[in-house]
Amino acid sequence: MCDTCGCNITDGNRHLLTPPKGRSSLGNSPAKILNNLLLHNDQQADLNRAIFDSKGVLTINLMSSPGSGKTALLEATIRQLNGSLKIAVIEGDLETENDADRIRALGVQAHQITTGTACHLDAHLVEKALDHLNLDELDVLFIENVGNLVCPASFDLGHHRNVALLSVTEGDDKPAKYPVMFRAADLMLISKTDILPYLPEFSPDRAEGCLRNLASKAPALRLSSKSGEGLEAWIAWLHSELKSYRNARQQHETVKPNVQPEGRMLHRAEPEIRFVPVKKSA
Amino acid sequence: MHELSLCQNLMDQVNDLARKHGARSVSSVKVQIGQLAGVEPLLLESAFTIARAGTIAEQAEMITEVVAPLVFCNACGKQSEVTPSNLLCLACGGNDTRLIRGDELILARVELVVDEDPQTH
Ligand SMILES: Nc1nc2c(ncn2[C@@H]2O[C@H](COP(=O)(O)OP(=O)(O)OP(=O)(O)O)[C@@H](O)[C@H]2O)c(=O)[nH]1
Ligand SMILES: [Mg+2]
Ligand SMILES: [Zn+2]
Repeated sequence: MCDTCGCNITDGNRHLLTPPKGRSSLGNSPAKILNNLLLHNDQQADLNRAIFDSKGVLTINLMSSPGSGKTALLEATIRQLNGSLKIAVIEGDLETENDADRIRALGVQAHQITTGTACHLDAHLVEKALDHLNLDELDVLFIENVGNLVCPASFDLGHHRNVALLSVTEGDDKPAKYPVMFRAADLMLISKTDILPYLPEFSPDRAEGCLRNLASKAPALRLSSKSGEGLEAWIAWLHSELKSYRNARQQHETVKPNVQPEGRMLHRAEPEIRFVPVKKSA
Repeated sequence: MHELSLCQNLMDQVNDLARKHGARSVSSVKVQIGQLAGVEPLLLESAFTIARAGTIAEQAEMITEVVAPLVFCNACGKQSEVTPSNLLCLACGGNDTRLIRGDELILARVELVVDEDPQTH
């Protein structure tokens, strides 16, 4: 999809695409792998994570298809927490300030990133957004990624946990169809369960089964931001993650999503070179 | 996903290699794409036709090889080649598996056109 939509190039990383002539911006190591761009992203992500860690802010990346209920979940979470945790939100959308406005309306700090054509956030965009937020005394920072089940999974933002939403109108086989995204989830939330009675074809058990087939041990919770059903378990998960994060910080350690996009780093062998000799032209 | 930017980085690497070996041109570029790499082979190929323009690899053909996931089972110690939507161990059915191949993107081979009597490579 993205070689036509241009999602690969964002305001945050555009400068990386025009390295000085003859030099890639990562140097010219012959062993460098294809995805320098992702490596650049990963370096920035580590810097972001260091910023979050210096402030002790647990940072959670929310991912799903467009309209699965990410913003609604954040609104319900803010209401449910009722000030018991101090949170802030970074919103990613192609256009509009709507989602950030919805969060601010509830008295919570929010910054909107509009990505234009880019259908995912990257670490550079998040770093820029951090200039607009006060992280002091925050407990949790939520980053609502652009609604998209493909691209966001490939970009580390420096966050500590991935949460993937699957709403009941989307079909229970989504984890099988989008294994890259759902395999990366530290928690799967089956959302909009209030309308399950109208969707007998959606089986939450089957959705969870598809997740298990990806060898994922991530919990799968069911909730409705509308009715409030299942929100307690989600809030309990948040608290328990915050606790383990703080324990890790006490040991001067950090927390990373369980599945790292590191396969691409493993194989840095030099490519085989084959020569095709031709007669020297005069 | 980000096939065009991946391709631009691929071209950097290919161009560096071609320059280093004094190649006249590049005749083919072979990449291996893990099925869990989040990279669509067809999109990568079409992005390649854009990215190669005006470079030493302008005439190069891209060969893509799709690599199925390989998992290692922590329970029984066996390896199984599996499908992207089912990463369980084929030997014992367990779900305590680790992906050891299949989410990578590798530049596997570059074919360079060189003068018949080249200086030592
Ligand atoms: N019935 C029901 N509707 C919901 C629920 N959560 C969200 N919705 C509706 O689903 C639509 C999309 O919700 P959003 O929260 O904007 O979804 P989103 O994932 O933030 O969407 P994008 O940011 O555009 O990707 C809205 O019309 C919501 O009212 C829910 O729990 N139950
Ligand atoms: Mg939203
Ligand atoms: Zn086994």
